[in-house]
Amino acid sequence: MSKKNMPIEKGHIMMFARAIGDENPIYSDENYASEKTGGIIAPPTFTQSSAQFDPDYFLRPKIGKPWFGSGKNPTGIEKSKNKTESSTSTNILHAEQHFEYHLPLKPGDTLTPQVSEGEKWEKESKRAGLLKFSESITKYYNQDDELVITARSVGVVTEKVVEN
Amino acid sequence: MIDVNKIKIGDIFSEEIVNNLTRTQIVQYAGVSGDYNPIHTDEIFATKVAGYPSVFAHGMLTMGMTGKMITNLVGDGNLKNFGVRFTNQVWPGDTLTTKAEVKSIETISDKTQITFEVITENQNNVPVITGSAKASF
Repeated sequence: MSKKNMPIEKGHIMMFARAIGDENPIYSDENYASEKTGGIIAPPTFTQSSAQFDPDYFLRPKIGKPWFGSGKNPTGIEKSKNKTESSTSTNILHAEQHFEYHLPLKPGDTLTPQVSEGEKWEKESKRAGLLKFSESITKYYNQDDELVITARSVGVVTEKVVEN
Repeated sequence: MIDVNKIKIGDIFSEEIVNNLTRTQIVQYAGVSGDYNPIHTDEIFATKVAGYPSVFAHGMLTMGMTGKMITNLVGDGNLKNFGVRFTNQVWPGDTLTTKAEVKSIETISDKTQITFEVITENQNNVPVITGSAKASF
């Protein structure tokens, strides 16, 4: 499937560490990190931000296009009469996420994700109705064609809104 | 960080990974990860259009914060596997604690591999993440 290169940058790593509330200087302090791991490394879930480098990523507003979040109205998109048309579904949830780490991820690396579809399955749930699961596997290769991280994501489409 | 030579099966470690999660931290995560789904950051959309009681955190924010506890435990660059299921949503105001229990200790060609069962719970002891992590020393 699609290939969108992800440059690994120090500033992005620092901001990511801030967002997850991680003060470990390994993610921001070059002097500290060079003694510990030979330099700054990325946190374990950092490749999730590869969405930033996907030009078509559907959960990012696009210039000049309607966005489904609120503006003047609670949503910028008219309710589609045909429900199956909905591409901005709010009932897609992240069910599982798995990472395998093969090599450390460092600033200066460029990752090329190779995405493949995995299994699909269905399950009935009292809380959310029919659940449709689908799996996606992303292999992130670096600039030397070495496999750095394998990510497996399971998404679920629920029939009903899920609350605790 | 754990002492690999002293660790034994059944040892449990825990850390509070966030206290009173703010909407601003969720916004920070949206900005850095690139997942701008308004369900996480836009209260009007989340309540009026999507039908949720409020915005809620990205699952990957909770996994990221859980990962902080794991790397604090196993040290930098030692993690080999990390996988979770998202079992319940995380809401603004939640306080989360991650617990990691040692499940196995193996020696494979002069490396010690330790597998942990990982659970992150909210202030009501409801698990929001269950999973596992493996580190090599």
